[in-house]
Amino acid sequence: MGERKLMRGNEVIAEAAIRAGCQCYFAYPITPQAELLEHMARNMPRLGRTFVQAESEIGAINMVYGAAAAGVRAMTSSSSPGISLKQEGISYIAGSNLPAVIVNIMRGGPGLGDIAPAQGDYFQATKGGGHGDYHMIVLGPSTVPEAGELTMLAFDLADKYRIPVMILADGMLGQMMEPVELPAPVDPATLPKKEWALTGAKGRDPNIILSFDLDPEILKRMNLELQEKYRKIEENEVRYETYETDDADIVIAAYGTVARIAKTVVRRARAEGIKLGLFRPITLWPFPYEPLRELADRVDTVLTVEMSAGQMWDDVRLAVGERAKTPFYGEMGGVVTTPKKILSEVKRYAG
Amino acid sequence: MPVNTENMVKVFGRPKSLTDARFTYCPGCHHGILTRIIAQAIDELEIAERTVTIAPVGCAVFAYLWYKCDAVQASHGRASAVATGLKRANPNLVVISYQGDGDFASIGTAESIHAANRGENITVIFVNNQVYGMTGGEMAPTTLVGQRTTTTPDGRDPAYFGYPIRFSELIATLDAPVYVTRQALYDTRRIMDAEKAIKKAIRYQVEGKGYSLVEVLTTCPTNWHMSPLEANKHVAEVVTKAFPLGDMVDRGK
Repeated sequence: MGERKLMRGNEVIAEAAIRAGCQCYFAYPITPQAELLEHMARNMPRLGRTFVQAESEIGAINMVYGAAAAGVRAMTSSSSPGISLKQEGISYIAGSNLPAVIVNIMRGGPGLGDIAPAQGDYFQATKGGGHGDYHMIVLGPSTVPEAGELTMLAFDLADKYRIPVMILADGMLGQMMEPVELPAPVDPATLPKKEWALTGAKGRDPNIILSFDLDPEILKRMNLELQEKYRKIEENEVRYETYETDDADIVIAAYGTVARIAKTVVRRARAEGIKLGLFRPITLWPFPYEPLRELADRVDTVLTVEMSAGQMWDDVRLAVGERAKTPFYGEMGGVVTTPKKILSEVKRYAG
Repeated sequence: MPVNTENMVKVFGRPKSLTDARFTYCPGCHHGILTRIIAQAIDELEIAERTVTIAPVGCAVFAYLWYKCDAVQASHGRASAVATGLKRANPNLVVISYQGDGDFASIGTAESIHAANRGENITVIFVNNQVYGMTGGEMAPTTLVGQRTTTTPDGRDPAYFGYPIRFSELIATLDAPVYVTRQALYDTRRIMDAEKAIKKAIRYQVEGKGYSLVEVLTTCPTNWHMSPLEANKHVAEVVTKAFPLGDMVDRGK
């Protein structure tokens, strides 16, 4: 077992990446994820690993592309506006079938927005963001310890499927301190060998990494292979949590920080006799449509709560359809919702 | 008349590290010569088995097809950042980034300057033909004053479009780069000089000395609307006035 420590979310993600065997980390400073970068700056070089403060987010994601092509575990992190800058690179990583981990500690937007927690990048993360038909696996932790666990998982999933994986958290999770039990470190030398990596064409034909072919028929085939991979991930990697849903009349659908707040709401509502539950997607892509659909058959209302104008709400409505009412409550601009506000929304639909 | 080959010795052939793939370049374009002399340098340094080439966006996008080496295709302008990632991940690799003038000196300005300034132990081949060849002959950052392109139909007016950028000279002001040079390919002497410069640049990388940049003035007969011979003469007589040949920095000696 690992050691127990009081740590900030950003540092936990950084430390988990190190323990997952991340060999190369490239990033550019931005609030509220700066502690992640600083933790890597302090720790990667003394482990003989690579930390480069890139000239820009664009530079950083393309360094990740290069390091991933060389076959090592590589990561970058940023916050909303910086993640926007990385989109072209993420599309290339996806199109080239490279494994990489990208952390987005979301803040208020659009534009420069502010530096407070928000969830306005859900569409960007789960529906594409960059150009072309691609997906990332998107993991949405809701506590600091879970941010660490999902970071470890992100590297494994990235390697398993040769796909970019995003940790989609927010400024609250990044800044909050909680006790965490750190996992035992992985020795990078023990990880499975990547036969496709660019290690020098010694005793084999050259390995070529690209997302390009001018022949539409060939590019179509490359796209179909990507889609086949996405279907496999949808079949095998859906993750979610249910809380007090067995006898629920109303269910809150929420992820990340909001889901954590919603747990408190469930306890308070139940103390008042309202049968409230929580459905929390952990993989935002692939979204847990089927489990939510089954749950919707048993409840009256699925209330989506987000720190956005209603982005995950689209997926909830796709899952639920006409099976239950699907109202929405959201806050924007970096305003963090409270248990009291959510509870008063719940009461609009109770009984 | 049949030739008697019995007593002949082969003194010149296709470099071993070149594949049999046919180049996709236009007749008279220098990309083919440049591709070949890079392969020659790879052969002579015996590094094909640890070399990774980076194919850019533009006419050289197919560069991954030419060499019997591992390769990666980079997004427009980002090749020097991709090179950084590759080399930092595996310092044993020899990383050669092949970039055009739009790629290296316009859209990739930040990546180009900062890779050089960090002294990344990579080699950049910077192909300067003063035009965007692939997309139809638009103005490049290096387009000469007065030069007609499809986006400067009346010629480049510096009051409106600015001046051709001498990017290698900018790089040469930095402390980190070990070798910065400008070469050309318009005659055999220049080709031999360029081959030597490329070999030196890659050798410095193999020796762990740091960042090297070889700018090469090349032709684009198609978009210059010149014959290959006229284009060669244009480089020799006009282009070299704006972009003088020679070493700017050599800290590797």
